[in-house]
Amino acid sequence: MSDAPILRIQGLEVQVAEEDLPILKGVDLEINSGEIHAIMGPNGSGKSTLAKALAGHPGYEVTSGSVEFRGEDLLELETDERSLAGVFLAFQYPVEIPGVSIANFLRTAVQAHLPEGEELDIFDYSDQLIERMTMLDMDVAFAERHVNDGFSGGEKKRNEILQMAMLRPKLALMDETDSGLDIDALKIVAEGVNKLKAEDPEMSVLLITHYQRLLDYIKPDHVHVMVDGRIVQSGGPEVALELEADGYKVFEDAAAETARA
Amino acid sequence: MPQNETIQDLNLDEYKYDFVTKSEPKFRAEKGLSEDVVRQISQHKDEPQWMLDFRLKALEVYESKPMPKWGGDLDGLEGVLDEIYFYVRPQDQMERSWDDVPDEIKDTFEKLGIPEAERKILAGVGAQYESEMVYHSLRKEWEDAGVIFDSIEDGLKNHPELFREYFGTVIPTGDNKFSAMNSAVWSGGSFVYIPKDVSLDTPLQAYFRVNQERMGQFERTLIIVDEGAQAHYIEGCTAPVYSTESFHSGVIEIIVKKNARFRYTTIQNWSNNMYNLVTQRAIVEEGGHMEWLDGNLGSKLTMKYPSCYLMGPHAHGEILSIAYSGDGQHQDTGGKVIHAAPYTTSSIVSKSISKGHGRSTYRGLCKVYEGAHHSRSNVECDALLIDETSRTDTYPYIEIEEDDASIGHEASVSKIGEEQLFYLMSRGISEVEAMAMIVRGFIEPIAKELPLEYAVELNRLIELEMEGSVG
Repeated sequence: MSDAPILRIQGLEVQVAEEDLPILKGVDLEINSGEIHAIMGPNGSGKSTLAKALAGHPGYEVTSGSVEFRGEDLLELETDERSLAGVFLAFQYPVEIPGVSIANFLRTAVQAHLPEGEELDIFDYSDQLIERMTMLDMDVAFAERHVNDGFSGGEKKRNEILQMAMLRPKLALMDETDSGLDIDALKIVAEGVNKLKAEDPEMSVLLITHYQRLLDYIKPDHVHVMVDGRIVQSGGPEVALELEADGYKVFEDAAAETARA
Repeated sequence: MPQNETIQDLNLDEYKYDFVTKSEPKFRAEKGLSEDVVRQISQHKDEPQWMLDFRLKALEVYESKPMPKWGGDLDGLEGVLDEIYFYVRPQDQMERSWDDVPDEIKDTFEKLGIPEAERKILAGVGAQYESEMVYHSLRKEWEDAGVIFDSIEDGLKNHPELFREYFGTVIPTGDNKFSAMNSAVWSGGSFVYIPKDVSLDTPLQAYFRVNQERMGQFERTLIIVDEGAQAHYIEGCTAPVYSTESFHSGVIEIIVKKNARFRYTTIQNWSNNMYNLVTQRAIVEEGGHMEWLDGNLGSKLTMKYPSCYLMGPHAHGEILSIAYSGDGQHQDTGGKVIHAAPYTTSSIVSKSISKGHGRSTYRGLCKVYEGAHHSRSNVECDALLIDETSRTDTYPYIEIEEDDASIGHEASVSKIGEEQLFYLMSRGISEVEAMAMIVRGFIEPIAKELPLEYAVELNRLIELEMEGSVG
């Protein structure tokens, strides 16, 4: 782990585009290279919005604040450029792309990540895909299936991890990766993330989750609590355990208090 | 992202084949349609009296029928027809070998950029240039097996009895105004006969192209697949851009005999000023199997509904179609299946993509006659709208006279969603490539049925439309 900051978020305010509906109301967060952070919070607190806004979702509009990623202004970049810069969003609800095979989709994505003018060697790519799928305990035939089309919840999430494994991001944003997974599927997905992390200790991870249980399998260095669009508490792994015991109520009451004042 | 890659800037009206190869026609009838023109055509082709009579009668039928009021907007058509040359003949002789094909014409094929499809299996290619077949050869083993793959004119000359037995029997002259017009002035097209139990592994391919400004193209194709035979016929078209309206009206008649199997594949990419009104129909006898695979790109208006008339028990008909409508284009396409015997089955899968102010219409008919018990039919039409201004309509007509029949119909309309684009772009894929990928995925169920070269070509054409790039 190094202490070089890879992501610096300052005073970030975000609203739903074309609606005057603020969701993030001033988020500050700093992630150093190689760190694993978790943001926990109740439904509607804005944690998924943060992940989407960082990835450049057109449905969200940044109204104030700044995001620096590896010294660059992340907010100036288009969605695809953010990916090329090293940001990866594992979706809470991966999107179906009928008729497009995973192999084809990933080839296009990997090609896009190569320096301009460099042509992806199809045999190298194929070797790499097989190697990554093997690492994640996936059947190679899976690559011929259409992206997320008819996938079970577990298959969708594993497909997200496969994409992450192929694209090797510097920062992985994992949006409720645990939602909709049974414990076996959760373990498989967490194991995949841990393998990738072991491969590249410099990779930073931001886990977004409602529940403690994911954090049993992926150990965070820092845990933040988000309520009503703000980070209201930050600390070590113990914060998650306290939440597990006491719930979000104390934070929600405090937030309501602040709003009244 | 640079400005020139945004969705708003996509130019879908660019036409890839916007070039004209200079070619001096040897003979050209006067503009417009008249008895004189019809007589000249017949005389030029040195036809028997019965064919001249057939043409003249068709002309009468044509003149007696009003313009159709349904389907696409044909209001501008009458003026167009007065300005069209109904017959152009580029060469007096049919070319026998590829070496004899004039360089200028080869050059045109070269520019079309689908050399794979023709050159790889040159022996099987019949290429139509303007109104005539200019290149036509047939693989030896096919000849030995008794397969006939001729121009329609040679079919009439060399196989008069077979020709006369079937010509005009699938699509009668009076079927519709444009089949009547075609019957009066037809020129060019293929005559195919596959003898009993002969099975062809390699598709028969015809490639043709309209090149003369204001020239109507009235190709006529007659295909007879005898009992137990199997074959696949592929036809692709492309036309250069002109400022004036152009017109194409073909008639394709197919007879699939008992237990025969046949597939007819067309990828048409007309220039954006073309009226494309085609009647294509197959009669399928007992246990026969007919598939239409139909791709429609370009044109100003296309009206085309491949049909299967299932006349014998256990006959099967399939129609797979894909349409792309860009700005100012209307693809009014679909399919018809007529169940006229018991245990007949059919399926229609129709996909359309509309972009800009493009409009796609699905128009289909499924009819089950009384007595066609245990018939099954399934219709699926999916429309993809690229943006807010594009439009799609669905007109599925179902007429069932038999209680014991099972008919399914599904329709879906989807838009290229923000979420799909965001998902792909979040993996580093550009917006333009992401759009193209979604579209390719949408047509995949059709593209995978095409021979590889054609699937690649179809994907490339659509990509070019999406990118607005030329070349």
